[in-house]
Amino acid sequence: MSLATYNGAGLRRDPGFLRRMWAMVVKEFVQMRRDRMTFATMIMVPVLQLVLFGYAINTDPKHMPTAVLTRDDGPLTRAVLTAMKNTDYFDFRQQVHDPDELDRLIRSGTVQFAIEIPASFERDVRRGDRPSILVIADATDPVATGTAIAAVQGVIDTALRRELRGPDAAVAATPAPFQITLQRRYNPEGITQYNIVPGLLGVVLTMTMMMFTALAVTREIERGTMESLLSMPIKPVEIMIGKIAPFVLIGLVQMTIILLAAHYLFGVPILGSVPLLITLSTLFAASNLAVGYTFSTVAQNQLQAVQMTFFFFLPNFLLSGFAFPFRGMPQWAQWIGEVLPLTHFIRIVRGIALKGNGFADMQVDVLALFIFMIVAMGLALLRFRRTLD
Amino acid sequence: MTEIAIEVEGLTKSFDGRIVVRDLSLKVPKGEIYGFLGPNGSGKTTTIRMLCGLLTPDSGRGTCLGYDILTQSDEIKREVGYMTQRFSLYEDLSIRENLEFVARVYGVPNPRAAAREAIQRLGLSGRANQLAGELSGGWKQRLALGACILPSPRLLLLDEPTAGVDPKARREFWEEIHRLAAEGITVLVSTHYMDEAERCHEIAYIAFGELLARGTANEVIAQSGLSTWVVSGPDLQHLAEELHKRKGVDMVAPFGTELHVSGRDKRALNAVIAEAKKADGAHHWTRGQPSLEDVFILLMSNAKDNYA
Repeated sequence: MSLATYNGAGLRRDPGFLRRMWAMVVKEFVQMRRDRMTFATMIMVPVLQLVLFGYAINTDPKHMPTAVLTRDDGPLTRAVLTAMKNTDYFDFRQQVHDPDELDRLIRSGTVQFAIEIPASFERDVRRGDRPSILVIADATDPVATGTAIAAVQGVIDTALRRELRGPDAAVAATPAPFQITLQRRYNPEGITQYNIVPGLLGVVLTMTMMMFTALAVTREIERGTMESLLSMPIKPVEIMIGKIAPFVLIGLVQMTIILLAAHYLFGVPILGSVPLLITLSTLFAASNLAVGYTFSTVAQNQLQAVQMTFFFFLPNFLLSGFAFPFRGMPQWAQWIGEVLPLTHFIRIVRGIALKGNGFADMQVDVLALFIFMIVAMGLALLRFRRTLD
Repeated sequence: MTEIAIEVEGLTKSFDGRIVVRDLSLKVPKGEIYGFLGPNGSGKTTTIRMLCGLLTPDSGRGTCLGYDILTQSDEIKREVGYMTQRFSLYEDLSIRENLEFVARVYGVPNPRAAAREAIQRLGLSGRANQLAGELSGGWKQRLALGACILPSPRLLLLDEPTAGVDPKARREFWEEIHRLAAEGITVLVSTHYMDEAERCHEIAYIAFGELLARGTANEVIAQSGLSTWVVSGPDLQHLAEELHKRKGVDMVAPFGTELHVSGRDKRALNAVIAEAKKADGAHHWTRGQPSLEDVFILLMSNAKDNYA
């Protein structure tokens, strides 16, 4: 083979714009096909998400859990409750016997509505005394409760008029034989920021925390430093905690900034304990860091790690109750929501900021976050390969 | 009786059904510089990784510093310094920060002082705060060695430490290796360079996952039974092609303006040379000494034949 083949003038023609570009296109496709994981995510994920979120998201939630306290069990009371049930907005889950219990259920978020029908409701209606039905709504998320509240007066009215015939027809003819006392708890003015801004704390923490640690292990592998690290006397759990801990501090700084802004820029009240909020936010940050770290042990390169965080972030954003009412989603979507850390944190942060909740009101959510963190860390340690096999 | 630093038997490792190391046995005495030679992809790196616990052998057994390589990799890691083929310290940390990190991981009592000492020993004093990623190949290699010896290991595993390093830096590197060996540290070093192989106390040659020869450089040459003639003169390219075809000539290799003609069968080779001399008076023939390189290239081409 002579050098002239390469250097001789005129032996090689300039291939031109199209051919050079085509060379690049072919190479890109070959590389794309090699990276099967990226290829799969490009095809599968959009379809999956379209179907998932398309069916899951609903801004007009129905079947919201409702607790009832009836001090009267006459036919009129039953008619009222049946009418409410028929709207599909209310799902009567619990019958309680004292008002404190109603308060507790609303505060812990177990129910969205609480209804109290007063003693001698039946008699008072028939006498034309216009007794008052108490409707308590958890208005933390004004979108979730708005339509139900708007419907409630009309349906009860229609139901009672149907019942009140014969001798009581005169009562039915008056404007309305009863009154509704509506309590929009925790956000009486229905200010959207009160709902969104505390939730943003969770969203921002999810996005940033996960991203930080998702790159942690893949970066070491890609840069070739993992080989050296593995040959040193350091254990996987030490590497993991060492990589997570600095970001917990970063998370604390983020939290402080967001909480200050929430309070002073948006006027969001923080009724509960600030130290408790900070502590639980730290727990939340740590569970996201653990998830990110787990991704990092699964992903083969940094690009995959970033894709994983993004695909984990989307359901967190859409199904946690941050962007859309949690109770508006079909049951299966709520189950998915229940296993996402942001769902529980949103409840915690709204609970502390708007409801003034204490630790006792949020035990389930705190436990969920904690389990989430432990499981993620356990998986990461299982996935972490101590050798290069 | 000499103390043994590494003693392994029957190490085998395969990746995706392809055998990379086959039934390999090694015995390295303490305080020795043991050269590990072989072509690219011959299993040198895989063997070294099995020795320090980074890979689990499919079969075989053995000890490293008296610890079982299958079950005691934690103990091995504490006392072995492994220098990877590719630079694997943190490029976004400075020299000092890298060394302090290593010192802390190994639990060296005063990490800052230990790092400072290592920097001085390496002659890196002026560069302590320079990022490792900004160093040239020679300095990176020096830093990597410094990081390996900082925790005072008893055994150094060096995987092609001098690849891409200039001759002066290579020489200094080997002086350092000999100093360390004199202090009692055992060194297993893999290399492609024949001059480096000759600086080792003992060498092992591995090709396609199999150990083909071992001993001192002179022993390996003697074992090969190779004899060599050196020829100079006009049109060596043509002569080389002619000689290649002849029975008794195993290898013809150009060295500058000379050819090295070698064969394992001394009598057959001599016959070919005598004939060539008679037929053509233009070339000058002298008896030569086979070099380590001649021996290795022969071993390698034979090994390849076995596989084909």
